[in-house]
Amino acid sequence: MYAQLVETGSKRLKTKEEMSPQEREFQEKVDAEIKIEAKNWMPEGYRKTLVRQISQHAHSEVVGMLPEGNWVTRAPTLKRKLQLMAKIQDEAGHGLYLYSAMETLGADRDEEIEKLHQGKAKYSSIFNYPTLNWADMGAVGWLVDGAAIVNQVVLQRTSYGPYSRAMVRICKEESFHQRQGYQILLDLMREGTDEQKAMVQDAINRLWWPSLMMFGPHDDESPNSQQSLAWKIKRKGNDELRQMFIDQTVPQLEFLGCTAPDPDLKWNEETGHYDFGEINWQEFYDVLKGNGPCNRERINTRKKAIDEGRWVREAAVAYAKKQKQRTQAA
Amino acid sequence: MTQAEALQEYLLRLADSDMILGQRLCELCGKAPALEEELALMNVALDLVGQARNWYEYAAELIDDGGDADKLAFRRDAHNYRNLLLTEQPNEDYAVTMGRQFFFDAWHYLTLKSLVDSSDERVAGIAAKALKEATYHLRRSSEWIKRLGDGTEESHRRMQDAVDILWRFTGELITPDDTDHIMAEAGIGPEPDQLASNWREMVNEVLTQATLTPGADDAWMYMGGKHGEHTEHLGFILAEMQFLQRAYPDATTW
Repeated sequence: MYAQLVETGSKRLKTKEEMSPQEREFQEKVDAEIKIEAKNWMPEGYRKTLVRQISQHAHSEVVGMLPEGNWVTRAPTLKRKLQLMAKIQDEAGHGLYLYSAMETLGADRDEEIEKLHQGKAKYSSIFNYPTLNWADMGAVGWLVDGAAIVNQVVLQRTSYGPYSRAMVRICKEESFHQRQGYQILLDLMREGTDEQKAMVQDAINRLWWPSLMMFGPHDDESPNSQQSLAWKIKRKGNDELRQMFIDQTVPQLEFLGCTAPDPDLKWNEETGHYDFGEINWQEFYDVLKGNGPCNRERINTRKKAIDEGRWVREAAVAYAKKQKQRTQAA
Repeated sequence: MTQAEALQEYLLRLADSDMILGQRLCELCGKAPALEEELALMNVALDLVGQARNWYEYAAELIDDGGDADKLAFRRDAHNYRNLLLTEQPNEDYAVTMGRQFFFDAWHYLTLKSLVDSSDERVAGIAAKALKEATYHLRRSSEWIKRLGDGTEESHRRMQDAVDILWRFTGELITPDDTDHIMAEAGIGPEPDQLASNWREMVNEVLTQATLTPGADDAWMYMGGKHGEHTEHLGFILAEMQFLQRAYPDATTW
């Protein structure tokens, strides 16, 4: 999930009686699975929640380029280098169309990016973890994109039309990334040296828990979930999505011949699901507050890019203006 | 030098220049001045590394010593690299990045345009696909030169500085040596004089439109990349790019 703990501004759902006629009509449309489009009336809370969620999602795509950028200059073969470059390029593209979807709600891309740089807007906690060996490029694709897909497949049915359509397109590419990531790990485990196999296990050990944290806190600790679910911005609860991810991922983990750093992880015959240990929530909230291993570096890199690029953007604007004047004068 | 030796040498030059410039662009990941530029830079880099792979594959077949494209890219040291010095120059600011790109793209486009008609069918085939990409690269970098040159006062100053810094590496693009002459005579590579005059014309036109001043015709030129004599930068580029293959030489798969 690329958006965690999105503030909705309401801790309690309004009853139908408490709603204004407009709100009631809106809610009935949502309940009937009719997509809300940019020009339709929507409650202010719905609009704000969507702006927060979509911008968080877009920021995550852009910040998410950095842990991969850390290895794109060191990719080991031409094939792997080209794959990683294509993946990073896709992510920049996802960022672009998510910001566009967000702008249909009247928000401004530059303003939202400024909030990110000031630490007022969030992005997925996962990207605050470092990528320390090459197998991380496989594990990020498999686990991080994998977790994102579980969430995004559901978001294809989100109530806001432009967001839903962006998700359809993004999901196709993400599935491809996930398969590619898994293939990196599989090749290393099947044909790699002992050192390469150790890289894979090390990457999984480091990224396993942070990937599970991507789904956000338990539902009963997630005060905004209820409103988001009622508005059908969210379609499933955090715990349900996390369980889906674990259930689909553990067999793949076993197929690799690797283990998860969780002694409590085991199949439960009765529930038909995997049981797993408790997430270190203190770490989750610490990272969200800015105290993860790479929070400062990630934001500084992004801020520096935008700050140092200011003169370039100004030049482009000035040139476009001159060109327009020349065309008009001609 | 036989024609066969010259062809191997020539293919490595094409491949290495693509590869090293692609690597420089990879360094900019997450650091571009706008999100649209992230996309465009990675797109150009992807094209260049993809083209490098095609040239390396052909070169590896001709060299025929059991090595492959990856071995050529990741296991040769700097003195065996044949890229143009221009491509290994650091990114610096966006004016230098785009100036380097434009000088290269003009050369690249003209070279590929000629290689499409190469007497070597394999070369012609690779060039035909690459030319489509290079045409877009050239259009894009030309536009940026004009935007930055004729944008604001600051961008003009920076862009002119970039032209002045990079100019000394442009001579190598259009100064032929034995390999270039053998390729031209065999009908495989471009005719050197024509390439040089077309490049000058193209560059002058864009720089003029961009209100920029090109370097002097008789300016001193720093050359040597095509023979494996590089600037100090290449060693560091390769140390980073080849790290995994060098650190784990026993690995046969990645």
